[in-house]
Amino acid sequence: MKAKVAIIDYGMGNLYSVRNSFKSLGMIADIIEGPEKIFSYDKLILPGVGAFGDAMEELTARGFIEPLRDFISAGRPFLGICLGMQLLMEKSEESRGIKGLAVIKGQVRKFSSKLKCPHMGWNKIEKVKKGLKIFKGLGQDVYAYFCHSYYVLPRSRQAMAGRTDYGIKFASVIKEGNVYGMQFHPEKSQEAGLKLLRNFIELC
Amino acid sequence: MLTKRIIPCLDVKDGRVVKGVRFLSLKDAGDPVETACAYEKQKADELVFLDITASFEARKTLIDVVRRVAANLFMPFTVGGGIRGIEDIRALLNAGADKVSINTAAVDNPGLISEAAKRFGSQCIVVAIDAKKIVDTRSAKNRRPSADKWEVYTHGGRTATGFDAVRWARRAQDLGAGEILLTSMDYDGTKDGYDIRLTRAVSSSLKIPVIASGGAGGKEHFLEVFKKGGADAALAASIFHYGEYTVGDVKKYLRSKGVNVRI
Repeated sequence: MKAKVAIIDYGMGNLYSVRNSFKSLGMIADIIEGPEKIFSYDKLILPGVGAFGDAMEELTARGFIEPLRDFISAGRPFLGICLGMQLLMEKSEESRGIKGLAVIKGQVRKFSSKLKCPHMGWNKIEKVKKGLKIFKGLGQDVYAYFCHSYYVLPRSRQAMAGRTDYGIKFASVIKEGNVYGMQFHPEKSQEAGLKLLRNFIELC
Repeated sequence: MLTKRIIPCLDVKDGRVVKGVRFLSLKDAGDPVETACAYEKQKADELVFLDITASFEARKTLIDVVRRVAANLFMPFTVGGGIRGIEDIRALLNAGADKVSINTAAVDNPGLISEAAKRFGSQCIVVAIDAKKIVDTRSAKNRRPSADKWEVYTHGGRTATGFDAVRWARRAQDLGAGEILLTSMDYDGTKDGYDIRLTRAVSSSLKIPVIASGGAGGKEHFLEVFKKGGADAALAASIFHYGEYTVGDVKKYLRSKGVNVRI
């Protein structure tokens, strides 16, 4: 049976390309604007661009916070993309005093002011945890398209599944149990990105 | 390490890709979707579509092109040309463009940059700057060594604005631009290489990425603009369209010279 997948629309950015990449893989993903039917899905995807504080405000206003936490603690696979990954953490330097979803311990930090910011373009993902299903079929040199000014710093090193070098080596892929995060845009990362999305849907 | 980006630029007119030499003798060069997919196979890092028809009717055709490209392309692409306001930007992003590039409208109304960045995020707002060197007209005898200066032009290079290119780039950054697409009017179409001094002057005064444009004629020009110009990305049109080089050829050369690129 095919997994039922939903992409969460909370007004933070365009979901067209995420949905389109599923379409190209022959998979269907629904876009949901409210939490009502969340448990009729097997997997959820939280994309997003914009500011951490605004995003938490939108998720709160749409009543998503508790249902998302419940979905995750029920053990169902969850993927945060870009800002959606950062929201999984406890807090961010971008929006001080705002609490994140806090399903993974750790915080979100700003890149050093010595670097060009945003970190924009194609960079390499080094697989820290080998043998993960999410990485299945990916070669040695995996490049993905990034566009962000803040990065995730998980408290446990165990959560870092993949890392990328931009002045420091930051967590570009995280995994803790059934929760996954990708700092880059898999939907814009050509074959490698599509493969990661396919793996999430079919294997994770 | 972040790689340097190679970005082919496609001119689009009435829904078709056109090739031209300095806006003259435009020739039909194919379907935008097919062309875009061919560049995706060559591992171009991004694409830029420049709409060179700006009539109202043509906007609808452009939106349709953007929609068709977005459905088939899995890499970032930017659309520019003729964007006047927030509604134009919204229409292009909704059709599937990842970024929009604004030029004349940003100079006419700098507030558009901040408004667009606030609504849609800085990551999708590219400010395009067409710059031309200010030639010192005093006689050689009186000429003192002075810093290089470039002036910003709008309306496809027809209107001088009196804006200094470096200062305008910095202002665009402060207003919320995510990236600068910097075209040298002096070098554009010459195939003599990018304007290294202009690129260096702008890139070294900004915190956001700079895409160098104008003048690419050979592989070594890309090397020069990355190594000496400090560009984060390089845009080129004719060198790729006429099949002189593929994106892969250029990248292999760059990697052999120690530039970090995605192959």
